[in-house]
Parts: sequence; C-alpha cells; structure tokens
Amino acid sequence: MYMQKSIAEATVGHIGSRQARVEDAALLQGQGRYADDMATPPGTLQAAVVRSPHAHARIRSVDASRALTMKGVHGVLTGDDVKRWSNPFPVGVRAPMEHWPLAVDKVRYVGEPVCVVIADDRYLAEDALDAVQVEYEPLTPIIDPEAATLNDAPILHEGVGSNVVNERNFRYGDPERAFAEAPHRITLKVQYPRNSCTPIECYVVLAQYLPASETYDVMANFQGPYALHSVMCRALNVPANRLRLRTPPDSGGSFGIKQGVFPYVVLMGLASRKVGAPVKWVEDRLEHLQASSSATNRVCEIEAAVEANGRVTALRYDQIDDCGAYLRAPEPATFYRMHGNLSGAYTIRNLAVRNRVVLTNKMPTGLNRGFGGGQVYFALERLMQHVAAELGLDPLEVIQRNLVPAGVFPYRAAAGALLDSGDYPAAVELARRKGNLDELLQRRDQARAEGRLYGIGYAAVVEPSISNMGYITVAMTPEERQKAGPKNGAVSTATVSVDPLGSVTAHVSSTPQGQGHQTVVAQIISELLGVKLESISVNVELDTGKDAWSIASGNYSSRFSGAVAGSVYNATLKIRERMATIAADMWQVSSTDVRFADGKIFVENGPSQPFHRVAGTTHWSPGLLPEGETGGLRETAFWTPPQLEAPNDQDCINSSLCYGFILDFCGVEIDRVTGQVRIDKYVTTHDAGRILNPMLVEGQILGAYSQALGVALMEEFAYGEDGSFLSGTLADYLIPTAPEVVDPVILHMETPSPFTPLGAKGVGEGNNMSTPVCIANAVADALGRSDIKLPLTPSRVRSMIGIDEPAAPEGLVMDAPKVAGGSALQANDLVEIPAPPQQVFDAILDPETLKAIIPGCHALELESENHYRADVTVGVGMIRARFAARVALTDLDPPHSLRLSGSGNSPMGSATGSAKINLVALENGNTRLEYAYEAAVTGKVAAVGGRMLQSASRVIIGQIFTRLAQRLSGKPIDTSLWQRLRALLGMGGTK
Amino acid sequence: MHVRADQRFPIQIELNGRQREGLAEPRMQLCDFLRHELGTTGVHVGCEHGVCGACTVLVDGVASRSCLMLAVQAHERRIDTVESLSRDNIMNDLQQAFSRHHALQCGFCTAGILMSCVEFLERVPSPDETQVRDMLSGHLCRCTGYTGMVRAVLEVAQQRQETLVENNNDV
Ligand code: FES
Ligand code: FES
Repeated sequence: MYMQKSIAEATVGHIGSRQARVEDAALLQGQGRYADDMATPPGTLQAAVVRSPHAHARIRSVDASRALTMKGVHGVLTGDDVKRWSNPFPVGVRAPMEHWPLAVDKVRYVGEPVCVVIADDRYLAEDALDAVQVEYEPLTPIIDPEAATLNDAPILHEGVGSNVVNERNFRYGDPERAFAEAPHRITLKVQYPRNSCTPIECYVVLAQYLPASETYDVMANFQGPYALHSVMCRALNVPANRLRLRTPPDSGGSFGIKQGVFPYVVLMGLASRKVGAPVKWVEDRLEHLQASSSATNRVCEIEAAVEANGRVTALRYDQIDDCGAYLRAPEPATFYRMHGNLSGAYTIRNLAVRNRVVLTNKMPTGLNRGFGGGQVYFALERLMQHVAAELGLDPLEVIQRNLVPAGVFPYRAAAGALLDSGDYPAAVELARRKGNLDELLQRRDQARAEGRLYGIGYAAVVEPSISNMGYITVAMTPEERQKAGPKNGAVSTATVSVDPLGSVTAHVSSTPQGQGHQTVVAQIISELLGVKLESISVNVELDTGKDAWSIASGNYSSRFSGAVAGSVYNATLKIRERMATIAADMWQVSSTDVRFADGKIFVENGPSQPFHRVAGTTHWSPGLLPEGETGGLRETAFWTPPQLEAPNDQDCINSSLCYGFILDFCGVEIDRVTGQVRIDKYVTTHDAGRILNPMLVEGQILGAYSQALGVALMEEFAYGEDGSFLSGTLADYLIPTAPEVVDPVILHMETPSPFTPLGAKGVGEGNNMSTPVCIANAVADALGRSDIKLPLTPSRVRSMIGIDEPAAPEGLVMDAPKVAGGSALQANDLVEIPAPPQQVFDAILDPETLKAIIPGCHALELESENHYRADVTVGVGMIRARFAARVALTDLDPPHSLRLSGSGNSPMGSATGSAKINLVALENGNTRLEYAYEAAVTGKVAAVGGRMLQSASRVIIGQIFTRLAQRLSGKPIDTSLWQRLRALLGMGGTK
Repeated sequence: MHVRADQRFPIQIELNGRQREGLAEPRMQLCDFLRHELGTTGVHVGCEHGVCGACTVLVDGVASRSCLMLAVQAHERRIDTVESLSRDNIMNDLQQAFSRHHALQCGFCTAGILMSCVEFLERVPSPDETQVRDMLSGHLCRCTGYTGMVRAVLEVAQQRQETLVENNNDV
C-alpha cells in the first residue's frame, strides 16, 4: 500500500497537498465546454417534449397532424414510433410493468413525456407543442405512499395488480429474542421528503442515428453509473457497440441527478431516427424540476430494543420507498445501497427489516447525493435522539454507548457491511474537544434561561463509498439471484500514456461534475513520475466507443478518491516500472535504484536523463529497448476490490467498499414569532481515510453541507392531492442562498482504508446524510417534540410551536386558507349590475352575451341546450394558454340563481371550475350579482404559477361579471383603483 | 425600430469591447443570442426565469439577467460577459482569488457570479461579509456553499483598498 506523508509534509503538487485546481483557469474565463456548448453537426434539429398535464390518465388519442404543418417542424415522435423501434426499459425486480421513454397507454405523472416535436430551432419546436392534440381520460391519482399500498388504491400498473412492486423481509441475528428481553421498546415513525440536489445545468442530449451501421451516437451530460449503458442498449435494441455514448469535458453539476438523463438518451436517439437528422434537446428548468429525477421519499417505522443505559440491542425497520410512477434503474437502489450498514456506526447485532417499494403518480426517482443515506439516518439518528429523550439520557452518551469500538476493524456489521477502518470514539472526542461542545451546551442553558427556544442535535453516521455493483440484487430473493447469476465488484479504470515528446496524458472514466478529479489525477502522476503538474493533461470525457470503461464507471457513490484515484496510481506505477526498467538497462543498474523527480530519471549520485528522453526511446528507437519491452507507453489499469462480494444466501451484503465516519453536532435557535430555524453553530467531523487534497475535501464537505441545509430547512417537491406538481420554478423550489448558509466548523481525522490503493475513502456525500437529521434532532431538542418532519420551514415550525396568527389589520379580509390539493382555488365576490334580475338572467343564457363576457373567448359553439364548446385563451403574466373548453349553465332557477361551470385542457395544463351565481333585486331596480366559485388547475400552470393563481383566478373570474355589467349598462363599470389593487394583491372581495 | 415577429433583425452591440453584429428574432432572449449567435458560451443558462443568476452579464455596466432580456433590447448597448475579465489569458484579481479560495466546483454558476461581483465591488469597494452575502443572494450555486466566494470577494476588496492606499502614498 502507498505510504503517505502527513498533510503538513506533502510536497506542493503532490498527493496530500492543498493543490489549486487545474480546472479553474478555463472555467473562470468562460472557456468551460459544457454539453450545450459543444459543436453540433450541420443540420442539427432541436427537440421539445409534449408532457402530460395529468398525474394519471389514459391516453385516448394523439394527433400531431396540425403540429406537422407548422413552420420549421420536421417531425413528431409518438408512442407508436417508440413501440416500433424500442423495448421497455429493463428493471431490477420481477414485475409485469412497462416503462417506455414515451407514455404509450397511460400517463402516470405530471410531466411524463408523451411526444417529441422536432423542429429547426428550440423556439419553433416549443411553438408546435401546443398544436399536438392529446386526448386524455383522467383517472384517479394516488400520491400518498402509504395509501398506495392499500387494496382499494388506484393501481398504476394494472399488470402488477398492486402498487407494491417489490417486498423483501430480512432478519439478522435474533431480533425477536432481543426485543422480548429488552426492558424498553422505543418506536418512531418518520417521513423523508422528496427533494433533489438539482444542479444549475439541466439535461442536454445531442443524438444522431446512423442508419448505415444502425448505430446511435449520442453526446449527453450523463454521469453514470455505466451499468445503465446496458439498460439503454436493451431499450434501443442494439448491441452495446451500437450505442456510442459520449460525455462533454465539463459538467454543470450532477449530484446523482444526471443519472436520470438516460431515458432521454434513448428518446432523442429515437427522435433522430424519426427525422433522419441529428437532434439536440436542452431541458428547461420546469422540465427538470417536474420530470427529471428526485430523491426517494420514504416512510419508515423504526423500533429499538433498548437496555436501561441506552444500549440498543436490536432494530426493526418497516420501510416504504416511494419510487414514483415507474421503477427506473437503478431503483430500488435507494434501499439497498445502505443495506449492509443499516446498523449505522453501531454494534447492533439484531435486525428485522421489511422493505416495500411502492409506486405513486409522481416523477420517478433515482440517484441523489447521499443516496439512501439521508433516508436511513433520518430514521436511525432520529431514533437515537428519541431513545435518549425517552430515557432521560444524554443523546451523545447514547451514541457513544453503541458505537463500534476502536481496534475491531475491519468490522463485519450485522447486515454484512465490512467497516474497513476507523476510530469512532476518538472522532467523537475530537469533535467534543475541538468543536467546543461544552461551550455550546452552556449557550443552550443560557438561551433557555432567557426563555428562548434553543436545541442541540447530534448525528453519528457511517458514510459508505464505492458501491458494490451486486448490492441491488438484494432486492431479489436468494433463489431469484441464483437464477440470474451472481453480481458483485466495482471495476474502476484509468489510462496513463506518455507521448513521443514525453508529455503525460491520463484518462479516467469518472465523469466528474466539478469535484476536481483532474487536479487529483495530476497530483498522483506528478508525484510518481516526477513531472510538473501543469504539464500533465487529464482527459475526463468518456466515449464508450474508444475509452476504457466498465459498468461501474461514472460519478457516483463517492468512488473517485478510493477507486479511480487508486487505479490512476496503479496505472502510473506500471508506467514508472517500465521506464525504470528501461533506464536501469541503459545504465546497467538495478531498476529499484531508479528515481523520478524534477523532470528527470536518475540514480542517486549516478547517471541521469530527462524524463522525455527515456519516454521518447519507447517511440523513436524501440530497437534499443531491453528484452520484453514492447515500446509505446500507455497503460490501462483495471481494479476491483475482492471485498465486494455478491450477497450470500442469508442476504448479507457488503454494499460498499469503504466506510468513513462522521460525527456532527449543532446548536439551533428557533424564532418564536416567525418559526425560523437559525443555525447558531455547526460542527462536522470527518474521517475519510487518507486525504488526497485537503482543499477539495473541504469543498466537498461545504457543498454537501449546504445542500443538506436545503433538505433540512427548505427543499421539497410539493404535489397537490390531485398529483399536480407545485414546485416548478426556482422561486417555488427554494434552495439555499449565501445569507442562509452558516459556515460549519470542519474537523478531520485520517484512518487510512486498508482496502484502497491510496488509503483514501469517499467524502463527498456524508453531510447529505448527517446534516438533515442533525438539524432535525436539534429542533426536536429545542421543542421537546418527536414528530419532526422535513423540511423545517418557518410555517411548519410555527404550526408546531402553535403561534397564533396576529389579527389582520382593520378592514382587511384575508383569504380563506387554500383547500386541499394546493392548486385548488376558491373565493366569492359581488358586483352591482344596472338592470333587473330577469334581464341579467336572460343575458347570461344568451350565447352571444356569454361569448362576449368570457375573457379571451374566440369561439363558442352550442353543443346542447346551455352546454357549449369554447375556445378560450387565458393569460396570466407571461403564461398564456389556449384552452379547448366546455361551458355549461345548470341549476337554473330564473331569475334567482344558476350555476356556471367550465372545464378545459390546454398544453399548459387543465382547469375546472364552477361558480354559483345569485341574483338579488335591489331597491334601485338594479341587481346585485353574488358569486362563489371553486376552481382547480393542474399541469404547467400549477407548477410555475402557484404563487399567482389565487389572485389571477380572481381577476379573470371577476372580469366575467364586470363585462356582463358593462354589456348591460352599455358603459364601462367603474372599479376603483383600490379595488383593482386589492384584486391584484389577492386580497378579499369588495365586501 | 419597427419589428415583425417572424423576421430576423440585425442587432449591433459592443460585446467585450468589440463591435459585434448578429441576427435575432424579436422574441430571442439575450442569453441565447450571446451564446448561439455570437459564441460567448461563457454565459450560462440555468433557469430562464430570472432566479439562478447564471446568465448575468453587464448591460451598460449594470449586472443584468440576460435570460430576462430580449436581444433586441440590447441593440446598440454595451454588453460585458465573463470573457472580458482576463487580459492575454491572465486572470484578473477576482478570478485568481476565486481559484485560491476554491470558490467554484462545476463552474456553471461562476460566470454570472463574477459579473455581479465586478459590478458590486465598483459600487461597494469595502464591503463587510453581510453585504457580500446579500449581493450573492441573487445567485444560486449548488456546489460550493458559497464559503469560498465570500472569502474571495472580501480578500479582493481588501487588496484593492490596500493598493489604493499605497498608490495614494506614492503620490
Ligand atoms: S438563467 Fe437567467 S437567471 Fe437563471
Ligand atoms: S460551482 Fe457548480 S453551481 Fe456553483
């Protein structure tokens, strides 16, 4: 194993040094080459995707004929094409359900792709979206994961007959006995929300179908795992060498989410095939938020068997993972990535686990930084805090009592994880001492003495890295696994070559997203070959047609520093050995005496040659080389750790190769008036083995931590009960900005991993696992409550501390709280009309009047008595949509009352509403028209316009009746500025 | 200028100190024009609705969202993008400080943030941390947690002040 100097000793530019990044110069000068910056072949067309406005509906018909006549449109890819040319995506569990890149029979979530329009440019393609007519038969959606498991729930995939598409039960040790013997059984039920580390760059795909070789050549900002290359090939029905997948040099962030671009790789490949030209698709932010990928929301009931001193002897997990509308590879990996280490950092030997995977009408889930860890630790560490609270113990003491002790590593945990190295108690001590815990405890005492709401939270977390490619097969029974054949390991690759002029180029298949892989690769090579760091070129583009890669390639499971950097080390060693042999032969010395430094190859106090001279020999004069030396200098290393074995028949799985340790604690104060959670102090302690570059490690920790603050305090993909997606803009889906991020105190320990070539472990995801629950525990401590739900938004916290709404100022009528569904709207208002009730009543029944008073009504056609078809354009701010609507007048009671209802579909979404109208005769001969309406909006309008809908609907519906009054009086009705302002601000009606 | 919806118009701008001309339909966003017409791909697009700040450029010296502006609105105006910051491949003090303090990872948000910082430091030459964080709140960065940026901006502000004092002392 590599013997490393301590950080302080590390030479500039070498492993362990705080080397500035080689990536920065290009990125800081606007010279990054991201997916949307890449050159497109001449004649490239652009795609836009028609998406479902419904959470659950049967597709009755798709008619693209009008779109095809529009300017610049070259073709429309439909479900029929997709069925003709491709296969459903393979999934990891056995259940009869089909997932195609376009919906073929039903749509199962808002935003699901239904058609692809391909046109000359993106603007024209988007224009034509509206012209594709899709007729839907709406079905009842199911959103709540627990309700989805019930027998009477609407079923997403009829072939399966249930929304529970996978269930597995596990037992390790003797949990029944441990629970029976324990003096305490302590239970907690928690929910982990849906969210996403959503990168700032969205998905980009550039696809070209080459008919002569039946090859799909695709560039996409895909990030792996490249096991999904096989999934894409199966879907496209081609051998793997007929899907050439490339990635651009730079990525605008991924955090797991760009794994979810793979269905679009297939989709755009088919789109290119449809039009016979290269097709490019650039996802927009609404598409990204509503239909790319999401973390899996989980419901978990967790129970501990506890001794009086807080020692936990057994755990029982009963978990439901909500994977959305389709089980998309690699799901149900959210469960199994963490399976081996379900006992966390603790020596809990008895486990009972029930895992159910449920499908609901939401976007499908996938990788998201901290994959599976946020979910597991939110349950486990909340439970540990709860155990302490229930037994009146100190939470840190409960943690310490259960930690895996020092000196027992490698330690086999109950469910199979082989914890490679660490000293957990020492890390806790380090955190306590250097993080100044005593002072924080005093601060809490003082705050509480002053009547403030202050709490302290802890989290102890084992951070897995380098996933075992076999862990996902734990979703199958041992018998099913037997049939499918064992899966295990995690092959990483790296290639190092030296060219005829002696410069060094490296290639890694780690598809980085900004972590600085190029810098670390250069550090390793620079140290081993003694060449200048700046002279090394590191290529991180991955081309499946040319480069060394395997199914484990890609950017996930924090595999770089342990696995990929290790392979770089191995490949570079091979180069060094070969060059040392050549030099040794030349000088007739032993190759072990040959040194590499300062651009030279030499023997201490002996001969010396420039590095490039020795390298050049292998290209220019191979005839002079020693026997056995082939010439040329290029070495590819493949590396897979033997510890990553397939799951055994008892379902034990070493799900990852390395396990770092994290101990976090924090102090929070809660504002009694606003409910805001303020982080007072946050301390995070890491042991991730050898640190290859402290600056980059710190960057990873800070980034993960700030994403986790979002998870804890603000981020959630919100769905209405009708399945509407309500977080379609970055103004609705809030992520932390600079003032909200309180810098943490970061502490380090280094216990090298015995299993990786450089002793390093992953470090990039730990805080995504530890920080949300640490903050939740602090809030639980502050409020003395156990029912903590994320995100801890001010409104949620306020409702927990039970603050009364201050009274509204005199004369101000506040909106009634929105009814369930989120996008449902209701209000009432009145208007005085200068005509008697009968005349008003007749006017409403008159089609001409009706047409004139409905804002934006282009045409109104009688269908049957008092039932009309209408063509209406509605605009709210920048959003405009043309609705094919139905309008009906019912419950006629002339001249007193009637009901006006309408419903319509548009590419922007669908809307339904109905208004009860009362006509009251006034003494002056006029009529007071009172109306009360309820409306519901779904689709794009609900996703992006949620904040404006209440006021917008008020304005639009108000217009109907003011126009009626205008028409009957023959003059404009004077609505005062004040009234209009109030209407705009969404305040109450004119009472 | 009289514009028709389906017609492309010649747009002249002073881009990074050079006169440039390109064609744009009236509805074309400025960010698309800068990226795809004129090739300044340092301008990034993260949301197209004015929240993320990745597309920020200077319009007549004022930091502006190029996704919320139309190309036609930029006609005959001065636009500066991230490509204007370095001279002869030597990064300016702010860019160098960003690298030193690891203020970027994927770099996708960085171009916009640099442009806001450029304008900000002209307006507020010696800011405190709260002011810097407040200015950065107009941008979303998903990678860094902002720590490095805050340090970089404060350091550059201080260095520039020191240079100013030295220069004054020299006089
Ligand atoms: S792209 Fe302009 S603000 Fe996000
Ligand atoms: S550096 Fe990646 S978003 Fe800021």
